[in-house]
Amino acid sequence: MEHVGAADLSDFREEVGRWISDNFPVSLKNMANPMSREAMAFPTEDQEIWRKAMGAKGWGTPTWPTAYGAAGLTRDHARVIQQELLRAGAYNPIGGMGVMMFGPTLLEYGTAAQKAQHLPPIVRGDFQWCQGFSEPGAGSDLVSLQTRADDKGDHFLVNGQKTWTSGAQWAEWCFCLVRTNPHDKYNGISLVLFPMSTPGVEARPIKLINGNSSFCELFLTDVKVSKDQLVGSLNGGWAIAKRLLQHERTALAGSTTTAVEAYSLRELARKYVGTDAGGRIANPDLRARIVANEMEGRIFKQTALRATAEAKEGGDVSALSSMMKNANTRQMQQRTELAIEILGHQGIGWEGDSFSETELTVVRDFLYGKAPSIYGGSQEVQYNIISKRILGLPS
Amino acid sequence: MAILSEEQSMLREAARGWVDVRSPITAFRKMRDSGNRLHFDTDSWKEQAALGWAGVIIPEAYGGSDFGFLSMGLVLEELGRTLVASPLLASGLVAASAITLGGDEAQKQEWLPAIAEGTAIATLAFEEGAAHVPEKVATTASGTQVGFKISGKKHFVVEGLAADVFIVSARVPDGSDTDQAIELFLVRGDAPGLTRQELKTMDSRGYASLEFHDVEGQRLGSGGNGWSILATTLDRARAGLAAEMLGSATQAFYLTMDYLKTRVQFDSLIGSFQALQHRAARMFMELELARSAVEAALQAVENGASDMPELVSLAKAKVGETLQLVTNEMIQMHGGIGMTDEHDAGLFLKRARVCEAMYGNQSYHRNRYADILGY
Ligand SMILES: Cc1cc2nc3c(=O)[nH]c(=O)nc-3n(C[C@H](O)[C@H](O)[C@H](O)COP(=O)(O)OP(=O)(O)OC[C@H]3O[C@@H](n4cnc5c(N)ncnc54)[C@H](O)[C@@H]3O)c2cc1C
Ligand SMILES: Cc1cc2nc3c(=O)[nH]c(=O)nc-3n(C[C@H](O)[C@H](O)[C@H](O)COP(=O)(O)OP(=O)(O)OC[C@H]3O[C@@H](n4cnc5c(N)ncnc54)[C@H](O)[C@@H]3O)c2cc1C
Repeated sequence: MEHVGAADLSDFREEVGRWISDNFPVSLKNMANPMSREAMAFPTEDQEIWRKAMGAKGWGTPTWPTAYGAAGLTRDHARVIQQELLRAGAYNPIGGMGVMMFGPTLLEYGTAAQKAQHLPPIVRGDFQWCQGFSEPGAGSDLVSLQTRADDKGDHFLVNGQKTWTSGAQWAEWCFCLVRTNPHDKYNGISLVLFPMSTPGVEARPIKLINGNSSFCELFLTDVKVSKDQLVGSLNGGWAIAKRLLQHERTALAGSTTTAVEAYSLRELARKYVGTDAGGRIANPDLRARIVANEMEGRIFKQTALRATAEAKEGGDVSALSSMMKNANTRQMQQRTELAIEILGHQGIGWEGDSFSETELTVVRDFLYGKAPSIYGGSQEVQYNIISKRILGLPS
Repeated sequence: MAILSEEQSMLREAARGWVDVRSPITAFRKMRDSGNRLHFDTDSWKEQAALGWAGVIIPEAYGGSDFGFLSMGLVLEELGRTLVASPLLASGLVAASAITLGGDEAQKQEWLPAIAEGTAIATLAFEEGAAHVPEKVATTASGTQVGFKISGKKHFVVEGLAADVFIVSARVPDGSDTDQAIELFLVRGDAPGLTRQELKTMDSRGYASLEFHDVEGQRLGSGGNGWSILATTLDRARAGLAAEMLGSATQAFYLTMDYLKTRVQFDSLIGSFQALQHRAARMFMELELARSAVEAALQAVENGASDMPELVSLAKAKVGETLQLVTNEMIQMHGGIGMTDEHDAGLFLKRARVCEAMYGNQSYHRNRYADILGY
């Protein structure tokens, strides 16, 4: 990792600040990042303007190589961009699974042709990707997956069923784990790529407890996949998948350190619970629990900073991603529980004019908030990883 | 682990090496069982002083090395690993801070070089009751022609048995009952009218209650800022203690992991049971989080950051919670053997609860954090 002088960075910070104020549509200021798949699938005009501007600049994927249209910057520069976005009340419109996990994995394992084909549209935010990993019989135990790809000479023929595939109904492409050798559990899996428009690909939305349908069942029937869309070697997909899942964990672990928070617990409490004569949140029990949660949030951010600093010094922090994901998830889930509790009767709404937009956001966040301890490797699976790989506890 | 300078890495390695060879936990046990009246081993303390630890935060002009608080934290963390009974925190960090921050030139000349050498032990006497409320001071100091006369009682004075000099908080009479009327005073250990009473605590370390009857004291510095010096000194004390607690928690955790990898029940290593594995993994997570908070607090002390008080409270609360969890689990996961005096688990548990009570417990610090940030 190259080190950057403070002077360089402060010039850069000025440049970024200026560019954001010239390009970021004011109508989007301080809106929570509309990075939910649904919102990305139906963007407003200003959201499109902003995505295209950031995409063309390459700043949505700041550290990726310039060869693919990205900015080729250091992590320090990337942090400056993130900080300036936050300061301006802006968000990074380039995201999704292509950015979080597929891109970094392809950079490592893809052929030159694959990288040239797939990375630029991710950098520009033109294409969204979906992750065809989980199956009805293969969730935490992903290696038991059964969807098979048969070798047909110049192509593979894929048959099977994936499930919980987030954004499959809106994605342009899918990175998909398939079985290419039924006799070898670990060394019989490959990673293939195909456009969602391929005949035989059918995505059926599933409704979630928060009312959204952000994921799908994905049926694959005689889907033809060109052989040049095999990533890595045939039957070598499991190692790549594990690497990809590590990128996913790391991204998920860091997600709340960069997000603009849609609401502040303290402000909600002042408004809905009130304050005492000393100006404190009126209910001491609630106050204590809110503070404890916010302290955990602050410590999580301190830990993220420490991990970044140590990574820069060459320490191996990948082992920490499991711990970070669980810590982040725990704090976030407690936060959303506290939020509905603070709202009282206004924290049980589902829809309609009796509830404000913020109140409904709190409820929907609380409901969706149950998911992060399940996806990306469940909480229990992360604890297994920590106890086996980090602590060396026996099987 | 924070990014360390070369000097800091060397200091930590030296401390780790010394602790492992010269002061493993058996040394603590030996001291405890020896009936040692001071509750620390004076030869061991001489070795620590010879390594320069007592002068780590003392300016070079007064015989210290001025290595700073991160460095002091590194040493204290290592001492915490084997529960080394040492006056380093009380004298080399807490009292040295108060004198450096508040003393006049003559007072600094008189005490700091001796503290840095380890030849004098100084300590802060400020607690008066069961709860940690440092601004609640009933001890009085009345001015006379020659100096001040101190009267009152101090409780739970760390290294109060060994101290050569006390830094005592007291109220000056002209003032109100506000914090502004609090000043700090240097009182010699052999001053007439001062009596010390040993406090026997579960961690077998040296504490005393003090009684002052018209005891001669010298005001620290020129007065007027006693409370702010005390407040800053206490935050430094908390950050230093937090580092020690982190060391104890880390060690208690890894000793427990070792046991899970050796104890067999049901024809299996007990570490293979998922019920224990997940609790172990959670402890690992809390330890990593606590380490971040402690390092950030030490850094804030080092930089004199304006948000030091809140960061210190964040750290003391988090490391307190983590140490409590880990020491409880250490006993639980050891089963019956963990309940015995012969096993070290109990030593960690007992020290943990004393550290928890010192300089404000979790509840105190969560509440303080909330007050500072206006919740
Ligand atoms: C909102 C959401 C979005 C998702 N998006 C995608 C996506 O885009 N693409 C994709 O491929 N998948 C996606 N998933 C699927 C996700 O990866 C799986 O849900 C996850 O891997 C868990 O698998 P499962 O649901 O089959 O639960 P199971 O594996 O059946 O787990 C059930 C319970 O058993 C526990 N458990 C399982 N194994 C162990 C063990 N060894 N030790 C202890 N406890 C264990 C689990 O922790 C869990 O509590 C998504 C899931 C959700 C909720
Ligand atoms: C104060 C006291 C008084 C006692 N009095 C008597 C007495 O009068 N007579 C007598 O016979 N015994 C007595 N005992 C012994 C007591 O019954 C044992 O301590 C107890 O059965 C646990 O066994 P252990 O100490 O060998 O711990 P272990 O069995 O070695 O357990 C160590 C740890 O591993 C955990 N563990 C073990 N197996 C599993 C598993 N399968 N899954 C998950 N976790 C597991 C345990 O919960 C514990 O946390 C006494 C113990 C104490 C502390």
